[in-house]
Amino acid sequence: MQFFRKQFPVLLAFVMGMLLFVQYFVPSKLSKGFYEGFADWLIVIAGFAAIFAIASLLHYHMGKIRKRVLGYGFSVITIVAFIQMLVLGFVFHYRPGTPAGWEYQWLFVPMQATMFATLAFFIASAAFRAFRARTWEALALLLAGLIVMIGRVPIGEFISPHLSTFSDWILNNPNMAGYRGILLGVALAQIAIAVRIIFGIERTYMGGGD
Amino acid sequence: MTHLAIILLQNDLAPWQEVMSTFLTEGGMPVLGTWIAAGLTLCMLSFVYKDNPFFRFGEHLYLGISAAYVMTIYWFNFLKPKFVYPLIPVLDPHYGTPEGTSLNLWIIVPGILGVFILMRLIPGQGWFSRITFAFYIGGFTGVALPRIFAGFLLPQFFATMEAIPWRVNSIDSAVLLLNSLILFIGALSVLVYFFFSMEHRGFIGRVSRVGIYMLMIAFGASFGYTIMARVSLLIGRMQFLMFDWIGEEIVARIASLFHGG
Repeated sequence: MQFFRKQFPVLLAFVMGMLLFVQYFVPSKLSKGFYEGFADWLIVIAGFAAIFAIASLLHYHMGKIRKRVLGYGFSVITIVAFIQMLVLGFVFHYRPGTPAGWEYQWLFVPMQATMFATLAFFIASAAFRAFRARTWEALALLLAGLIVMIGRVPIGEFISPHLSTFSDWILNNPNMAGYRGILLGVALAQIAIAVRIIFGIERTYMGGGD
Repeated sequence: MTHLAIILLQNDLAPWQEVMSTFLTEGGMPVLGTWIAAGLTLCMLSFVYKDNPFFRFGEHLYLGISAAYVMTIYWFNFLKPKFVYPLIPVLDPHYGTPEGTSLNLWIIVPGILGVFILMRLIPGQGWFSRITFAFYIGGFTGVALPRIFAGFLLPQFFATMEAIPWRVNSIDSAVLLLNSLILFIGALSVLVYFFFSMEHRGFIGRVSRVGIYMLMIAFGASFGYTIMARVSLLIGRMQFLMFDWIGEEIVARIASLFHGG
């Protein structure tokens, strides 16, 4: 049993990693079918992972209700909202003109939009702290942020007709240079971590415990 | 009963659709919806002041609804067509036609791997999920490795180099050269900044300093862009409250009070 707990997952990761790595270089129908089948299997596993995530959420809130911790009434709201939306969603599939579609339109969308909209206030307060030009680097951040913001609203056009062009230039050149550097760095790191996973050097996905 | 179950699984609710649709889209239901949406919008916005029971009500309601929404989306878009139909093809609405799903018992394997994930909920049996994670992560890295090289890394390098015009014969090409050099030197200097195997001193230090400035400009620009996106969402919510909920006429009257009209 110890083999299945410790060694087998590392061996499986190696075999699957090598098989799918080699598959890329084999131009045959069988190889393509293997890749497509694997992609379908990943989708099914991701579906079960989503079920696990929801089960964990419900488990957490059921625990709060069972122990009657302070504010457990909110957990009741979560569970009732979950169950009724799940039933309606399964029966009606959020089509417009159905109870699920009605709830999606009048509950889910407004709450989601407002949740993200409130971030405007917190981003603004973070900006106040971040945009204090104490160093030259902070000044670069401040100027780039301000020019992009002002250049994309009518007041920017009012201040100077060239501001929006300058804002676009920042986005297309220095901004893209910075992002391209980050993305290239991320890609190189992904390659390094992929090799480490396939060869069993990186095992953090196995978690701790028994 | 079986017929009803198949109807529900196939989502064939056409006979009731028209009656329901009329009830929900005409008369009082959209008005009720507007009031509920406005109430929930105010509940969520109240967090700007501080954490309070109204916000916590909205937060927990949103949590439950969004979890159910994600679950149903996974079911209808992924689990049903990729897992249920290959196991029980008769449930597929296209069953018996060329587009219908055919029986594929191999799909039981990812089903078992999926059950292994769920075993994390049973104390002491969580290690089963390691097998699934190893399968998923190992396979995924095998898929990603050559594709990152061929599909992302090399094209990005080529795009950075190819954009440089090597002959300058007009002002436009001179501007293009300047922009391309900013892109090339900027990307390279950011990579040098992330190169930690060498001490950032002397020439390397100066290049990595350029990299820091490029990163700061990129972060500042995307920060500004994000603020604009969030503010436009906020404007959308305010417009909903003012024009859809309170009403354009009442807002105009209130505005006229401030203008002395």
